[in-house]
Amino acid sequence: MTALLNVDVLLDDLERNLRRVLQEREVDRPALIGIRTGGVWLADILHKRLGLDEPFGELDISFYRDDFSRIGLNPKVRPSHLPFETEDRHIVLIDDVIMSGRTIRAAMNEIFDYGRPASVILATLIDLGARELPIQPDVVGQSLALKASERVKLQGPDPLSVEVRKADVTSEGA
Amino acid sequence: MMTTEESARALQLTPDGQLRHFLTLDGLDQSLLTQILDTADSFIEVGERRIKKVPLLRGRTVVNLFFESSTRTRSTFELAAKRLSADVLNLDISTSATSKGESLSDTLLNLEAMASDMFVVRHSRSGAPHFIAESVTPGVAIINAGDGRHAHPTQAMLDMLTIRQHKQRFDGLKVAIVGDILHSRVARSQIRALNTLGAEEVRVIGPSTLLPRDVESLGCRVEYDLKAGLKDIDVIIMLRLQRERMEGALLPSEREFYKVYGLNTDKLAYAKPDAIVMHPGPINRGVEIESAVADGPQSVILNQVTNGIAIRMAVMSMAMSGQLAQRAATEAEARV
Repeated sequence: MTALLNVDVLLDDLERNLRRVLQEREVDRPALIGIRTGGVWLADILHKRLGLDEPFGELDISFYRDDFSRIGLNPKVRPSHLPFETEDRHIVLIDDVIMSGRTIRAAMNEIFDYGRPASVILATLIDLGARELPIQPDVVGQSLALKASERVKLQGPDPLSVEVRKADVTSEGA
Repeated sequence: MMTTEESARALQLTPDGQLRHFLTLDGLDQSLLTQILDTADSFIEVGERRIKKVPLLRGRTVVNLFFESSTRTRSTFELAAKRLSADVLNLDISTSATSKGESLSDTLLNLEAMASDMFVVRHSRSGAPHFIAESVTPGVAIINAGDGRHAHPTQAMLDMLTIRQHKQRFDGLKVAIVGDILHSRVARSQIRALNTLGAEEVRVIGPSTLLPRDVESLGCRVEYDLKAGLKDIDVIIMLRLQRERMEGALLPSEREFYKVYGLNTDKLAYAKPDAIVMHPGPINRGVEIESAVADGPQSVILNQVTNGIAIRMAVMSMAMSGQLAQRAATEAEARV
């Protein structure tokens, strides 16, 4: 069973909320960083919509995950790529879905290894709640309350779609 | 009865195919070697950051066990472990416990009792790292940093990474390995890696006294003449003349060797114009290679050194990952 959210509406809300926060904080040259894989697709879209000249960055957080001793190294790790200096920059960190907050913790640790940013704004397309760490997004496309048996996934990059589906209990162990 | 190939695979991999020891390239397939190269690519990027360190092996202990001294290899392993945030202990065994009469097994069991997670082993005896992984401390990840004439798999893999960076692929590539093949564990691992990764041709070039008797069986063609051997070659790997391993008169003289097998600008012209020149170091200038070539535009020798750190980070983090998976599985089994 699969349900689709209207991704265009979500993207419009994400963009509008991001513009508002950037304006409030008087940030006129944000540096965008997307977390692989979904966050990179969204960074690409927001980068175009905001009309930024400077290319956006891509972050692979595999080396910073807190569950290395449990699940090991991601065999498909790829190099992170930040084509700008992060020192003293206002960063917009972008991911598709936030839940526990652990991905964002890893991403922030990684970003700080490149330099000390002036600020980091967190933008996620979907907020599922269920946080395990004190990390909150500044910008959200939509908050969702899922049932325990449901999962959400961003598919893309072209076309981009958001699927909510029943978890496959046999393969994911719920 | 398992073949050598199968037993090398079984010893080095977990039941689900993850690396847990890195002893030899025997038994490792193309997809695993490619995974090592891909992972190393990500570590190269880490080496370009302001803080060149990731937390993967935080809280883990890596012991460099060098039964045979080597400054360069040990330094790059040490740096790799530190960049993975591990605690590193460097032991020069040739000058410590063994001289007090302690057996190798006792030394290793003591180190294991200090909660070591990984041993990086260099030994003059072929098969020493195998023996340790198989019989002494199977719960510790063992990385081979060169054993006798047998293998030097991280050196071969850093060479493969360097080749891939410059040539983007292995299929269609013709690679020449030149010089002292007989004493070279590096050459054995390189021939293996190139064949597994699908290189079109591996040619070994050297005097018959410095070629192993059945060298073709490793998967290569033999040439005795450097100029003829370099025809159509994309990659030239020069080997160091291992003077310390020479027994008896295998060579008339170093000068004679340089005249026939030393790579200079004139001889380099016989290879493809975009051929790259590699050397595992340390270089004997004027013995294997002319300075103008070693420092010239086709030389990628210093790239090899940088890649050495990234390859070792990749192999160490992958082996630790497999070793941890193995420990978890063993503990789960014990609970049942």
